[in-house]
Amino acid sequence: MNGATTDDVVPAAILLADGTLFEGEAIGVYPADGIARGEFVFNTVLSGYQEVISDPSYAGQVITFTYPHIGNYGVNALDEESRHPHCSGVVVRNLARRASNHRSSGNLGTWLADHGIPGVAGIDTRRLTRHIRDHGAVPGVFGTAPVEELRAALGSARPTDGIDLVAGVTDPEGRTVPATGGATRRIVALDLGIKSTMVRELARLGTVEVVPAGTTASEVLAREPDGVFVSNGPGDPAAVQGVASELGALLGEVPVFGICMGHQMLAAALGARTYKLPFGHHGGNHPVQDLGTGKVEITSQNHNYCVDPETLTGAEVTHVNLNDGTLEGFRCTEVPAFAVQYHPEAGPGPHDSRYLFERFADLMDERGRR
Amino acid sequence: MPRRDDIESILILGSGPIVIGQACEFDYSGTQACRVLREEGYRVVLANSNPATIMTDPGFADATYVEPLVPGVIESILDVEKPDAVLPTLGGQTALNLAMELHNSGALEERGIELIGARSNAIATAEDRALFSEAMEEIGLGTPRSGIAHSMDEARAVIGEIGLPVVIRPAYILGGKGTGIASTVEEFEAVVRNGLEASPISEVLIEESIAGWKEYELEVMRDHADNCVVICSIENVDPMGVHTGDSITVAPAQTLSDVEYQEMRDAAFAVLRRVGVETGGSNVQFAVDPADGRQVVIEMNPRVSRSSALASKATGFPIAKIAAKLAVGYTLEEIPNDITRETPASFEPVIDYVVTKVPRWAFEKLPGSTGELGTQMQSVGEAMAIGRTFPESLQKALRSLENGRAGLNCDPGESAFDAVPTPELLERSAKGTPERIYEVESLLRRGVSIEEVHDASRIDPWFLDEILAIIEERRALAARGKGRLALEAMDPRLWRRAKRLGFSDAQLSHLWEIPEREVRAARGTAGVLPTYKTVDTCAAEFAAETPYHYGTWEDTTEVAASGRRKVVILGSGPNRIGQGIEFDYCCVHACFALGEAGYETVMVNCNPETVSTDYDTSDRLYFEPLTEEDVLGVIESERRSAAEGGGSLAGVIVSLGGQTPLKLADALPPELVLGTPPRSIDAAEDRDLWGSLCARLEIPQPAGGTATTLEEAMQVVERIGFPALVRPSYVLGGRAMEIVYGNEDLERAWAAIAAEGSLGREGGLSATRPVLIDRFLEDATEVDVDAIRDSTGEVLIGGVMEHVEEAGVHSGDSACVTPPVGLSDATVAVLEDYTRRIARELDVCGLINVQFAVKKQQLEGPEPDGATGQVFVIEANPRASRTVPFIAKATGVPLAKVAARVMCGATLADLRSEGVLEPPIRDGHVAVKEAVLPWNRFPDVDALLGPEMRSTGEVMGIDSTMAMAFLKSQLAAGDDLPREGTVFFSLADRDKATGALAAQVLVDLGFRIVATSGTARFLGAEGIEVDQVVAKVTPGAGGDDGADGVELISSGAVQMVVNSPRGRGPRADGAHLRRAAGSAGVPLLTTASAALAAARGLVEATKGEMSVRSLQDWHARSRGPLGADRS
Repeated sequence: MNGATTDDVVPAAILLADGTLFEGEAIGVYPADGIARGEFVFNTVLSGYQEVISDPSYAGQVITFTYPHIGNYGVNALDEESRHPHCSGVVVRNLARRASNHRSSGNLGTWLADHGIPGVAGIDTRRLTRHIRDHGAVPGVFGTAPVEELRAALGSARPTDGIDLVAGVTDPEGRTVPATGGATRRIVALDLGIKSTMVRELARLGTVEVVPAGTTASEVLAREPDGVFVSNGPGDPAAVQGVASELGALLGEVPVFGICMGHQMLAAALGARTYKLPFGHHGGNHPVQDLGTGKVEITSQNHNYCVDPETLTGAEVTHVNLNDGTLEGFRCTEVPAFAVQYHPEAGPGPHDSRYLFERFADLMDERGRR
Repeated sequence: MPRRDDIESILILGSGPIVIGQACEFDYSGTQACRVLREEGYRVVLANSNPATIMTDPGFADATYVEPLVPGVIESILDVEKPDAVLPTLGGQTALNLAMELHNSGALEERGIELIGARSNAIATAEDRALFSEAMEEIGLGTPRSGIAHSMDEARAVIGEIGLPVVIRPAYILGGKGTGIASTVEEFEAVVRNGLEASPISEVLIEESIAGWKEYELEVMRDHADNCVVICSIENVDPMGVHTGDSITVAPAQTLSDVEYQEMRDAAFAVLRRVGVETGGSNVQFAVDPADGRQVVIEMNPRVSRSSALASKATGFPIAKIAAKLAVGYTLEEIPNDITRETPASFEPVIDYVVTKVPRWAFEKLPGSTGELGTQMQSVGEAMAIGRTFPESLQKALRSLENGRAGLNCDPGESAFDAVPTPELLERSAKGTPERIYEVESLLRRGVSIEEVHDASRIDPWFLDEILAIIEERRALAARGKGRLALEAMDPRLWRRAKRLGFSDAQLSHLWEIPEREVRAARGTAGVLPTYKTVDTCAAEFAAETPYHYGTWEDTTEVAASGRRKVVILGSGPNRIGQGIEFDYCCVHACFALGEAGYETVMVNCNPETVSTDYDTSDRLYFEPLTEEDVLGVIESERRSAAEGGGSLAGVIVSLGGQTPLKLADALPPELVLGTPPRSIDAAEDRDLWGSLCARLEIPQPAGGTATTLEEAMQVVERIGFPALVRPSYVLGGRAMEIVYGNEDLERAWAAIAAEGSLGREGGLSATRPVLIDRFLEDATEVDVDAIRDSTGEVLIGGVMEHVEEAGVHSGDSACVTPPVGLSDATVAVLEDYTRRIARELDVCGLINVQFAVKKQQLEGPEPDGATGQVFVIEANPRASRTVPFIAKATGVPLAKVAARVMCGATLADLRSEGVLEPPIRDGHVAVKEAVLPWNRFPDVDALLGPEMRSTGEVMGIDSTMAMAFLKSQLAAGDDLPREGTVFFSLADRDKATGALAAQVLVDLGFRIVATSGTARFLGAEGIEVDQVVAKVTPGAGGDDGADGVELISSGAVQMVVNSPRGRGPRADGAHLRRAAGSAGVPLLTTASAALAAARGLVEATKGEMSVRSLQDWHARSRGPLGADRS
């Protein structure tokens, strides 16, 4: 695995829809036919691989890590962002043979296999990343099957466009998480693929009732929340059914805070459109400026789609991405609601933007006083 | 917020001479700052005493002061230049301390000058241990727990709180005396007792021991709008206990989970805010307990540091440049990221490779040093390597070091520890030493478990496992057999696997016992060739504009095609004693000159401290080791780039980077070597060829011969007589060079050279490179000449430098003066004539340095007009010498630039007409170069000058007289010579006559003289009054009143010591005197000629204040109105 120092490695290859081939070695676990598929994206984080892999927003995607050494500090239960990973695969340059960290309870390679995630190691991940950068997120097949078989299976590889992936990741059972700091607020969190870190951050503000994506506005209001939170989620926001309209019914009734897909859903509720970025934002180092304070925060990002600010009405832009000028956050002018495209909860990533949770608390409290 | 308009001119403080702990990195940061601030339209004034730096080139600032970095002198500069602000954060600790002194004395305030970059209170909080601890506690961050005790009872109370183990540090002691670690109560009581005794105020600091914890650094930046970013995280392979500058370090951090990393990031920003660093770069160091992840803050530097240079090179983010912009008011998001050009600087670089830095030490040059690493930095340089993985970058870094190793193993050095039993080797690996990484390799290779090695060395198991991967691959490669059999057993997949783990062709050659060339050929046939990836700050997320490359073994290469005519310049590798910043200066100037002349410049180097490895310096930078394989790879890549783009490769410059690139000349295609042909380099090095060349030219040289055995050496000295100079060939810095006065000395010197050889260190003895033995000319004056010859045969004499110390002291350690005030015009004419003849005979195209020894007709003082001394040529080197930058500053001739152009075919006449070359300045001022020695870092090493170079850096004094220039050079080197008091003399017989001249001058100035008995007798006979006669060490052994020299010096009764030894070797009493002077901080002169120069300087000092003048002003004045017009 480590550029392979033992001879018992199993060769594996990646074949992208445009015919580009990459050769490496198999890691994780494959279906019996030795063929897996997904949309290839990259992530530039230097640490936090377990959080990334277990982030439900990656459903349908194969994550290429640009940092070559992955798995160094092992895996542990605290860093799980969901009950199990939803991504379609993992591509690394080097998978650690040995994990070293006091927090570690296991090895990443074993963890991938245990969760049924296939992957490829030994890949020139920089070449693959440049390819995705130049040609956009691209579907492809990968696996231990011979290249001819992979080529034959290429037709089954699909991009994430137009597919509602939320249904596959939302927890139909829902759950209630008690407040951690003695806070008495009640927050309903709409789970479009919610990350554990978001729940943890919300629990500092109050009791969190996590509800599935299909929950209606009246069901939400029946819980008498102080605020509604709309989570991150995978795939194409335009393909997600029902959420935006239910959200529209909540606006003005209760303060709303959205993150990532939650941001896109809130925008959609206001009638805005989304478009697909060339290769998305996936990393932990994007500069975002808070237009209110002028301050720059370094943010954690994971999205392929973006809200078109030209189509946004009833809201003002509060945050922009300094790398490409895209919309990163807005605030409704008529109703108590705001959202950001990036991940203030971090997990993984910097904590610069956690103040947004305080802003949500303030909004809820303001509402409560009225 | 845009740049500040309320300030117009800024004084940048440099870092002075290269010393251990403060090297080229501050030339890099200072040069960037000068460039940026001038681009922004500010008037830049620069103060730096180091002439070898690029920043002190007159073109980089509006006014450049090569003057001593002491408060009084800086105040004079402030009065002349009247800057609005002083920027101290890019000149290391020297500049920071200087700024604090200027602030504390009120010198800045009374002149209305602002300190920018860091406020005084921030500097104070960061620098003062107690204030810092308090500040950290205030913001809730952990520091090691500690307490202060004045008695054993108090000490017991302290450990009652913090427990064992602890480090005990006595207060107010020098050199770590009385410091210790205690793990048991018994040890604790013993160390505390010693410590209380050692401390003059009976005070010890007791601190929780965090030795063995993991060590990290974060390089952070903050702007005045409070935007904070981490540029780079660094993890040390060596655990806590070894200074980070002496540790093998890796970027980014490898074994921290994101949760821990973010906690550290938050803490680093909190530190910056609390300490009060308003703008600029800082580094914050952390220790992490591997058992539970507890993080403590160790220290922070509120300035650009060596780590920031490393972080800049590791990520491509130019910290110093950005820090300079932040200091004048910009915020991070207003500054574009140079590399992507599309994204702002307000981001955190991510990388998709691993960077490893390995320090380089010089213990072999400092007999008596322990070689054990600790909390005080001892390395003199470092190499950095970039690879896609840790094993690859580690092996690349190790072969970049040029310490005779080809990587981690698979070379002759790998068997060094084979005979050491495992328990002993485990014990050794617990101590930080230069050998530890190889000891660990040896342990793992013999099958000792990672757990055991970790328990002993405290190196993180992840690193050990990656090292084990190298070892397992070594095993697999060894199993392929030997010779051609092995080559045949390799397939492309296997080749690639080995290369990806960092194995060089040289390692495979050793392992398979087959020439390296054949390994390379077989690999090429298998189609496994290096690929070059780009350092782009963003892991390929955005398209990068900056061609900053490293070699690795992947699918595709990213070097762009080019239609231009290229020149590859090989750099000088890691700094070491004898080869440092001077050569980087030359390479950088070659880049600038050739760039201006329209060439595409390609730099290859592996030293992260330097200006040459700034991606802005050349058109294309390859951060690669300077080995045959790596350099050939770069050349191939550039040929491909030229072929694809319709460009061409003009050639490779090997003669500007010292011995490192020169040694590679033979491995390159001969038609690509620009300038002097390699055969001339050989002719100058080869004893027989050189001897016959001198004979042909009728130039006298000292009698000499060569030897490969001790018997032959004995025969040579029988013929030429003692004293003799013994040295290996092809070395720089006089490595292992000695003056021998008898057979016993010769045998010892021979054994030393032979021992070096067996370790495979550079300059070791081998049959193809014999030892050179020459008659040593006592009492001769040494002279250096730097010259350039062009393809038409015209020779430009750049400068003639007369050494202050007599022949026998290495030229790099000797002070020298230009113009040569002590030589007659007639002698100088002979020196120049010989230089021209030698340059012509060697067919030099480019630089040549010739060393001469002149036997003057009289012992001291300037030669009378018309008198010609007897001139002997000692050696010639057809390459850039260490003095090229000094000459450029002293005479105004940019020798390195001129040489680079000449090597590419321009003639001196061309360059004159282009205006690149102006006539050298010969009159109007005198410049003195003085060496700076590392004695204060190595209290156990004898502070003696000899034929082996020991200095780490240099300073320059420039003024209208030799005496004042010398005085300035001493002040700049750290010796503030006393204006009154007592001078202690103890001289070897041959120095007594010169010493008496010096003593007379000092007595006339009102100094009292104390001397040892023999010296006192001689001085008395010369009519010089000696106030006190003392024994050197033992009371009563010759002293009149039983006083002891060491006691006298230690008591503070002496203000200057003049002690000259005879020959080399442990002359115990002299060594004690010198050590006493070192500990007491008393200026020490170890040659009579230096004492005389100092005495004359002091005479000059009594005539008035030290005045300051910029280089630009000196050059314009000396060139006269014509020069001034050309501005």
